[in-house]
Amino acid sequence: MPKEPVAVVGIGQTKHVAARRDVSIAGLVREAAVRALQDAALTWADIDAVVIGKAPDFFEGLMMPELYLADALGAVGKPMLRVHTAGSVGGSTALVAANLVSARVHRTVLTLAFEKQSESNAMWGLSLPIPFQQPLLAGAGGFFAPHVRAYMRRTGAPDTVGSLVAYKDRRNALKNPYAHIHDPDITLEKVQAAPMLWDPIRYSETCPSSDGACAMILTDRAGADRAPHPPAWVHGGAMRSEPTLFAGKDFVSPQAGKDCAADVYRQAGIADPRREIDAVEMYVPFSWYEPMWLENLGFADEGEGWKLTESGVTELDGDLPVNPSGGVLSTNPIGASGMIRFAEAALQVRGQAGEHQVPDARKALGHAYGGGAQFFSMWLVGAEPPTG
Amino acid sequence: MPDVLSAPLVVEFPFTRSLGPVQSAFLTGLRERTVLGVRTADGRVLVPPVEYDPVTAEELRELTEVAATGTVTTWAWNPAPRRDQPLATPFAWVLVKLDGAGTALLHVLDAPGPGAVHTGMRVRIRWSPERTGAITDIACFEPYEGEVGQPSPHNGEFADPVTGVVTPARLDYTYTPGRAQSAYLKALSEQRTVGERCPSCRKVYVPPRGACPTCGVATAEQVEVGPRGTVTTYCIVNIKAKNLDIEVPYVYAHIALDGADLALHGRIGGIPYDQVRMGLRVEPVWTGEGRHPDHYRPTGEPDADYDVYKELL
Repeated sequence: MPKEPVAVVGIGQTKHVAARRDVSIAGLVREAAVRALQDAALTWADIDAVVIGKAPDFFEGLMMPELYLADALGAVGKPMLRVHTAGSVGGSTALVAANLVSARVHRTVLTLAFEKQSESNAMWGLSLPIPFQQPLLAGAGGFFAPHVRAYMRRTGAPDTVGSLVAYKDRRNALKNPYAHIHDPDITLEKVQAAPMLWDPIRYSETCPSSDGACAMILTDRAGADRAPHPPAWVHGGAMRSEPTLFAGKDFVSPQAGKDCAADVYRQAGIADPRREIDAVEMYVPFSWYEPMWLENLGFADEGEGWKLTESGVTELDGDLPVNPSGGVLSTNPIGASGMIRFAEAALQVRGQAGEHQVPDARKALGHAYGGGAQFFSMWLVGAEPPTG
Repeated sequence: MPDVLSAPLVVEFPFTRSLGPVQSAFLTGLRERTVLGVRTADGRVLVPPVEYDPVTAEELRELTEVAATGTVTTWAWNPAPRRDQPLATPFAWVLVKLDGAGTALLHVLDAPGPGAVHTGMRVRIRWSPERTGAITDIACFEPYEGEVGQPSPHNGEFADPVTGVVTPARLDYTYTPGRAQSAYLKALSEQRTVGERCPSCRKVYVPPRGACPTCGVATAEQVEVGPRGTVTTYCIVNIKAKNLDIEVPYVYAHIALDGADLALHGRIGGIPYDQVRMGLRVEPVWTGEGRHPDHYRPTGEPDADYDVYKELL
């Protein structure tokens, strides 16, 4: 029996900000879920199951969100699952929900991811003082900066490429009312004048710390027929993982990322991602990860990713817009960041991305990664139902 | 069995919680010696109040006061109170259905022994003398044979409401790094670095984990590596990290020790930070403080060729 096609018929986000002190965590997730239900013109009774994800427990000290949030998400009497894959969790949560629909386990599933970074300290959560071990000597960006330098050495990319990404993403964010960082006075000079925190990573090229939630309603073909707005159709989705550290690990272009992308393209019948995909929402926590992932995801040959960025191809009006929403560089509720990528890809092919809409986007890729390049999750969504 | 190290690991953090409208009213009420519940569309009163109806998922906002007296619906005796529990002397965990409430509240009952506790017994709140807007504003429950308390209507609005609380979390672990890491740490105390070779792929892991993450087989063959190595990549740290007493700027580097098949990390010293480069040859500097090398310094050898270390970034 062929798989059931999966449609995204509802999307809801909160306005992402540094601190949502006016709501509880339950109130925060509720806001995103209600907006997704409204978008789909559905009620709680129409939801068959709930799948949620969040960042690692120590990040906000919420150990059993699936228990605490069941009331807020209308999950009583329904299956409720929690997914747990570090920074990629928003993506893998959406894929678990999609798989439940495609396998015909459930017809309509609410999936949601969130983070209230203001209630904890993610850096603390990442650097517990394990006895006998040498502490990480460098702070949050210090983990990533050596990998960026390795990319620069490998490709010969000019020093300015990272600042171009940050300048683009922050301008895109100005067109996205849900984005956290809105700096209308942004200039390339300002980005480049920001201090180097972890050379080669500047302050202006790092992601913020945000409170926010993102929800989606996924449903089957019959559900899509009843939806008031055009759905996004899932053409392919995959997850891959690899150890955080092993001999031969390539942090610049991890094998698990390549394999994950190849699987998604195979499912979606994509032979040439650079030509066939109209918009990309990829997980770029530090600016240089854009050219790195462009290569890892097959949009550019090895060593060539930075040329797409430098020549403007990834700008909102370029021919492969990357992170039209402003991306993780503009909005980072860690547990939700992956799902926001997936949801923004869906908004593009639904034609509902508003001011940051890529004209005539028919196919878009959502990408998430996390856990020290340990987990990857991606989906490809299209404006038309999948064929075959 | 070789010596395996062990040490306490305490993980604790003062998480904060924004309360939202319902929990804010509930906890502010406790500060004012008022217990609030929330009324559902079908008339049930839930105490403690919740923001969303557990049955219908509808938003709940109609707050209503219940009495400070109630009935124990079930209980369990706790003979040995632990750190941070509400009472320091043995007590009963109780579920108390306050008069006027439709659900029971979890708290503790101060009683001389389990023989003095029974389901159905009448109790009342003993308020804490110092109240801040927290569940601990109820010090405990105590046996009470008096009249049923009379709740009066309350809209849940207070001057100067509590909007957030701090919820300290603490976990006590005993951490054991295992056989392979213990051997590695023992060698470090002799200023030697010892890894383990995978019997399948022949890669040398430093620090060793006792198993190869690629092949999934146990490792046992010990291999001494270094002491010299190569800086494979690095960053210049310009902001002080919390809990680190190192003057900035400094260089944080990945260092592939000679004979190791993956890099470890360390600080580079003995050279101006802006002269550190990929390929720099370094050696450890032991100061006797701490178990690990304090930093690595240049050996003066010619830089390693990129092709030699490009797989070890």
